[in-house]
Amino acid sequence: MMSPYDVPYMERTRLYYEAQGYTIPYQWAHHDYTPFSKLTKPLPQLRVGLVTTAMPDTEQGRAERKLYSTPSRPVPDSMFTLGLSWHDTVTHTRDVGSFLPIEALLAIESEGGIGSLAPHFQSVPTAYSQRQTIEEDAPVILSHMKKDEVDVAILVPL
Amino acid sequence: MSLVARHLEDSGIPTIVVGSALDIIEHVGVPRYLHTDFPLGNPLGTPFDREMQRQHVDMALDLLNEACQANTVCRSPFSWQGDPGWRDDYSRVTDANRAALAAAGEARRAKQIVMKKTNPKQQIPMP
Repeated sequence: MMSPYDVPYMERTRLYYEAQGYTIPYQWAHHDYTPFSKLTKPLPQLRVGLVTTAMPDTEQGRAERKLYSTPSRPVPDSMFTLGLSWHDTVTHTRDVGSFLPIEALLAIESEGGIGSLAPHFQSVPTAYSQRQTIEEDAPVILSHMKKDEVDVAILVPL
Repeated sequence: MSLVARHLEDSGIPTIVVGSALDIIEHVGVPRYLHTDFPLGNPLGTPFDREMQRQHVDMALDLLNEACQANTVCRSPFSWQGDPGWRDDYSRVTDANRAALAAAGEARRAKQIVMKKTNPKQQIPMP
């Protein structure tokens, strides 16, 4: 057995798509500066928002990968993850709790560990276009979160 | 997803990313990152292991609360208990799948052309 190592996803992706005949490798965004905001209140007073790359498991969610704002309650039994680059030869996404922590956050809310879970969670597609994500998707997610009075956000890409 | 985290943070909403692709997230740069060393698809832990998943959410909240500077990275102590060969397996190009990948690429490009014609606003998943 190999000793553990951090999987070089960028290199694997480059080689994988090169083998598919793509000649220009994908360029991930890279920044020298990273923004940082401090928490303004203790966690038990904060509302937590959630963002996932999984789509709602609805007729529309299965048909079109785009932004969705979905009620957090009831906790969804399933999410649509087909087409995302998760490791389907060794695991599965049938357990929503393994990638979308609604149930866990509701428990923490009931224990007083957070103020509340936001009434909606946000689905964002993993788009090839960084411009699409930065200029169109991210501002819409921000506006949904402001509407829900979200104080802090947990983002969980598959 | 990292770009969304940066946008929210820049707008005053503190964020944490919980994920399993360390190199990508460090390359882009996010305010806070909890790395779970699992196959892609279960960043919060083994499917149906509620205790592990809860511990990861607790860790995420702790990091959200305690980080005092950007690019703070924390690694989960949990390790994947399934197939030990998963690290070598992901998207590996070998002689056994090379021809199939080339064919899949051709099919994907053809599909993308149709998608662009029929629904130009539909987003094409990133590689």
